Amino acid sequence: MSQVPDLECRAISKSFDEFKAVKDVSFSVPQGTFFSILGPSGCGKTTLLRMIAGFQKPTGGDLLIKGRSVLEVPPNKRPVSMVFQHLALFPMMNIGANVGFGLRQRGVNRADTKRQVERVLERVGLAGVADRPVNSLSGGQKQRVAIARCMVLEPDVLLLDEPLGALDLKLREHMKVELKQLQSEFNTTFVYITHDQSEALVMSDQIAVMNHGVFEQVGIAKELYYEPETAFVAGFVGEANRFSARIDSIDGGILGMVTPEGRTLRGIGAGQGLATGTTVDVFVRPEAVRLSRRHADLSAMGNSGQGQVRNILFNGANSQLILRDQTTGADMNVALPQTGEFRDLAQGDTVHFGWEPQQTRVYPGAGGRHGN
Amino acid sequence: MGTDRTRLGFWLLIAPLAVWLLALIVLPHVGMFLVSLRERVGVREYETSLANYAVFFNEPLYWNTFARTAYMSISATALTLLIGFPIAYYIAKLTRGRTKTTLFLMCLIPFWVSELVRTFGWMILLRETGIFSGLLQYLGLVGGPVEMLYNDAAIMTGLVYTSMLFMVVPLVTTLDSLDDSLIEAGYDLGASGFAILREIVIPHAMPGIVSGCIVVFMLSLGNYLTPILLGGKDSLWFTGLIYDQFITRFNWELGSAFGFLLLGLSSLIVFLGLKLSGQSLGKTMAQT
Repeated sequence: MSQVPDLECRAISKSFDEFKAVKDVSFSVPQGTFFSILGPSGCGKTTLLRMIAGFQKPTGGDLLIKGRSVLEVPPNKRPVSMVFQHLALFPMMNIGANVGFGLRQRGVNRADTKRQVERVLERVGLAGVADRPVNSLSGGQKQRVAIARCMVLEPDVLLLDEPLGALDLKLREHMKVELKQLQSEFNTTFVYITHDQSEALVMSDQIAVMNHGVFEQVGIAKELYYEPETAFVAGFVGEANRFSARIDSIDGGILGMVTPEGRTLRGIGAGQGLATGTTVDVFVRPEAVRLSRRHADLSAMGNSGQGQVRNILFNGANSQLILRDQTTGADMNVALPQTGEFRDLAQGDTVHFGWEPQQTRVYPGAGGRHGN
Repeated sequence: MGTDRTRLGFWLLIAPLAVWLLALIVLPHVGMFLVSLRERVGVREYETSLANYAVFFNEPLYWNTFARTAYMSISATALTLLIGFPIAYYIAKLTRGRTKTTLFLMCLIPFWVSELVRTFGWMILLRETGIFSGLLQYLGLVGGPVEMLYNDAAIMTGLVYTSMLFMVVPLVTTLDSLDDSLIEAGYDLGASGFAILREIVIPHAMPGIVSGCIVVFMLSLGNYLTPILLGGKDSLWFTGLIYDQFITRFNWELGSAFGFLLLGLSSLIVFLGLKLSGQSLGKTMAQT
């Protein structure tokens, strides 16, 4: 493996008039990595991708591919290829001409083009379709043609702009696995942008969570999920119950807090400047909450309470309960364990719940810039 | 019951079109065709023959004019396409919202005044005592007055000007429907601007190009006012000949034959154009 990263951004930024879409973002992607940029719409991820592709010019910073600055290189000369959101296959050409488009532009002769097109189509599992029109393919096949069209040029970096967004759910689940396989097969660096956390979590080696033009956190999927560094990441990646509270005691690593409604919470700090009296946001994941019919089972946990079942959102293994906390009157999401123990739980029943302070993450905030 | 009513609705809806086609297009043409087959052998004595068509082929002036009209119309169409394409591309792809509407309206504005007035406008600009001539003299570029009217260039200018809108509108419509990401994908895959124009933009715009060309060509070929006013006596436009036969010479038989020859010519050239560009009339009409 070469030591030079395939893609490196140094304090790259982009402003449109007064609006700063991307603010001094720096990151580097090593060779062969599946790197995802995850963020809500309008967070600047598309702008960032278009700057890497060369369609937009950064207003500041530098962009390096294989160690060379490409700021002055126009998009048709950059060693990157892009899979567009709606794929942008050329409807006026057949599949072979689509895949061979880039090679023709490079002046590769006809026989070589044909051979390389066949080979790349074979690698994406579509051998022998070169003479068919684009519209004879299904959504997933078009996806693979779009990737083949880029990969035939052997780019240093492949950019993917939410290419799964237009597919139906079942196919999307399937394509996630397939994309990951294609990536490891081609061993090319993929930069994938999406607003769908499950796409990012499943496929990526590295994920950057982006919000308001900055990277909130860069890490592997597990880190983002279990150790989110900011309140935004905690709220955006995975599901979470969020409380506003104020710190009233600090005991070793455990913070004691109280919500305006009078519920006491215990959790661990995950940010700077957490002192007694600070207003904080507290996050706990639905699956971290345990349920029981007896209070005694849960009294040893750092946080516990009693709630009434407001609703059961049945979704197989991902079923959830909406509980109304009897202390605060607020609703909480709790994952419904599928062990059979709670199968007869019905709307209006009362259950006890509890969770450990170690799974309760506390961030400075309360209506601050991370408010979500 | 339901189907009866649907059928009645269909006939009621189609009726105005059918009446229009039958009364104003089919009947006069059938009549004209019959007239063109009559040969006058004496006072109010006629025989059926192809003599009128023979006159056309035996008189070089007639078929020279005929060929010249076709050639000039094709040139005017090509020129309109050449000028209209960049304009349409600019309007469709490089402007947004208000600017787009304004530019589109600016193409339309000349059509708010009648063709006659517009053509007189060109005469005011181009004639010997006109504005261009005066300007050139004022700047000292020419010694005396220059006559810029009554030549082929003047006819061509007038034809291109008159038909520009009919080229720009279908082109803007088809170019509008071209997804920007296709152009970006082209650049991304390493294509130059010219390659994108040739491989992506033009194939996509082909139906618009063809339908624009058909309309402009028909308008130029059948135009009477512009060639006569801007080209003067030497304009030698085929519609002028038809007019002469009908109005000046009262020779309706020959005029009708000329009319049919023009119809045949325009149909033939449109057919050849469609064949050469690999388009079909149905496809073209469906997309624009």
